[in-house]
Amino acid sequence: MSVVDKTEQLQPTEPPLITGNQTFGTVTEHISKLAERKTTLTWLAAFSLAGSVALVLLGSIGYLVYEGVGIWGLNVPVAWGWAIVNFVFWVGIGHAGTLISAILFLFRQKWRTSINRFAEAMTLFAVICALVFPGIHVGRIWVVYWIFPLPNQMDMWPNFRSPLLWDVFAVSIYFTCSLVFWYTGLIPDLATLRDRAKTKIRKFVLGIFSLGWRGGNRQWKHYELAYLILAGVSTPLVLSVHSVVSTDFAVSIVPGWHTTIFPPYFVAGAIFSGFAMVMTLGIITRKIFHLEHFITNQHLEKMNKIMLLTGMMVGYSYGCEFFIAWYSGNAYEQFTFINRAFGPYAWAYWIMISCNVLIPQMFWFKRLRTSIPVMFVASIFINVGMWFERFVIVMSLARDYLPSSWDYYSPSLWDILTFVGSFGLFFTLFLLFLRFLPVVAMFEVKGVLPQADPHHEEGPH
Amino acid sequence: MNTATTHKAYAVLAEFEGTAGLLKAAEKVRDAGYKKFDCHSPFPIHGMDAAMGLKRSAVGYIAGICAFLGGAFALWLQWWTSAVDYPLVISGKPFFSYQAFVIVTFGLTVLGGAMGAFFSMLIINRLPRLFHGIFYSPNFGKFSDDGFFVSVESDDPKFDEKDTVAFLESIGGKNVEVVRGE
Repeated sequence: MSVVDKTEQLQPTEPPLITGNQTFGTVTEHISKLAERKTTLTWLAAFSLAGSVALVLLGSIGYLVYEGVGIWGLNVPVAWGWAIVNFVFWVGIGHAGTLISAILFLFRQKWRTSINRFAEAMTLFAVICALVFPGIHVGRIWVVYWIFPLPNQMDMWPNFRSPLLWDVFAVSIYFTCSLVFWYTGLIPDLATLRDRAKTKIRKFVLGIFSLGWRGGNRQWKHYELAYLILAGVSTPLVLSVHSVVSTDFAVSIVPGWHTTIFPPYFVAGAIFSGFAMVMTLGIITRKIFHLEHFITNQHLEKMNKIMLLTGMMVGYSYGCEFFIAWYSGNAYEQFTFINRAFGPYAWAYWIMISCNVLIPQMFWFKRLRTSIPVMFVASIFINVGMWFERFVIVMSLARDYLPSSWDYYSPSLWDILTFVGSFGLFFTLFLLFLRFLPVVAMFEVKGVLPQADPHHEEGPH
Repeated sequence: MNTATTHKAYAVLAEFEGTAGLLKAAEKVRDAGYKKFDCHSPFPIHGMDAAMGLKRSAVGYIAGICAFLGGAFALWLQWWTSAVDYPLVISGKPFFSYQAFVIVTFGLTVLGGAMGAFFSMLIINRLPRLFHGIFYSPNFGKFSDDGFFVSVESDDPKFDEKDTVAFLESIGGKNVEVVRGE
């Protein structure tokens, strides 16, 4: 008897992941209803706004194609401006979705089930926004297919030694794998919506997209293994994609860029910024869809802890860069870093430090990291700070080796409109997702409910 | 059974109580010697493969082969385009500068693995399959909500409408029905 008591004490008492005494039925009901109910006015208003802003992006792209990249603020020495800043910003945001869906899955972190669906959706939409920028930055957009190794009349091939080409592969493979992973997760949930469908159109469309899923264990067996493998192959992508993005910079010989710390530094920043975006979107979605039982305070607190960790990794990288610049004894390297902190772009540098290093320190305190208004505001600051991080890095170009070529870069109106427009595209896609698809992975949430365990009724073992 | 019918029976379907109920039922159906049966649940149930007597899925091996092929193709492509078809000296590097080719090779390995896993899962599961007799059951739609079902298909060698219904009822199945076309 005493032995039994002791083993029970050893079991950590974890609070339940999903609250509100949910049954399988209530999970289905709550989540499916969100995709089945009539379009609400709030959604329509938000969608019109986001759609209009997305049109600004389309218009800016149209004018860019018509007139050329001269409409942007780019010029030598800053030949890379907001386009690359925005590209890195959006790709980075995607990484949190993959971390949640893949790495946390491999580590059997069951709390991921409530947030993985919309985090993965966020990944896809962020990567779409990211792909816009290098796509339209190429100048002659009508020959953009030259970046792919396609046989052509010139008998020319892309240069596989170029980090820019690595980027094309890394990001497009990342998008494809994320899409397949997301869709695989959706199949059983689309089957749920199919089986609940009342109208003919819904039955037809959902019937096609759920592929005829029957939920038999003969299907689950292969499904689970495929899902595990998709998680397994996506896991290195979390680390590799942003590492490859960082080589766009690190392989060049620009002071401030040519450093080996870039890949891990970029990856940490990507996860940091991505979690901030998951937090921003998650808090809004949770509020308007009343998902408090699914995305509990426990989920939010865990995400804040990850942000605290990755924020400090980013802070460490900022410090380490400075140290190495001094330690290298390289005058150009030293100048670049002094210039970042006290030069013409010092304002951007200190915005970056405040948002990325100082703000997350709040999360040391339990009261602050469990307060929703605090974490919402913090997540927005972090999003801003991470955009400025990329801006600070790219602006190393403004003062390179030759003082005679120094210049001060400012964005043009079109730079700003394109960037703002990309948010329109992102939110348009996200709102469509919220309206028509199950925002929480129902079958995964059911799987982590206590009654899903076949030995549940036998009591704790 | 006396219900005269012109329609062919697709399967016998029985509902069970919760994951534990379905797991026990699966063991009994397996032990009774049925081969073409399946256990439908809203989510995968731990231990069900053993209860049904299923072997390990082949998806892993196929994905592994696809990953290897993806990587091999990438390396071949980079070697052939850079060193054979159009050798061009770039930054004084060797034509076959394999260090620089690692990244695309890695990328296509991952892509091959992911595509292999996804498509082999679909093919082995015979999806997309837009028609299946079991959908004629008015009850079956519950599987994707909170229902736990055992289905025994009519082309199982041991299948016999009367016996199978009686058997599923004897092991505790509820709402046992013979699923027929309309």
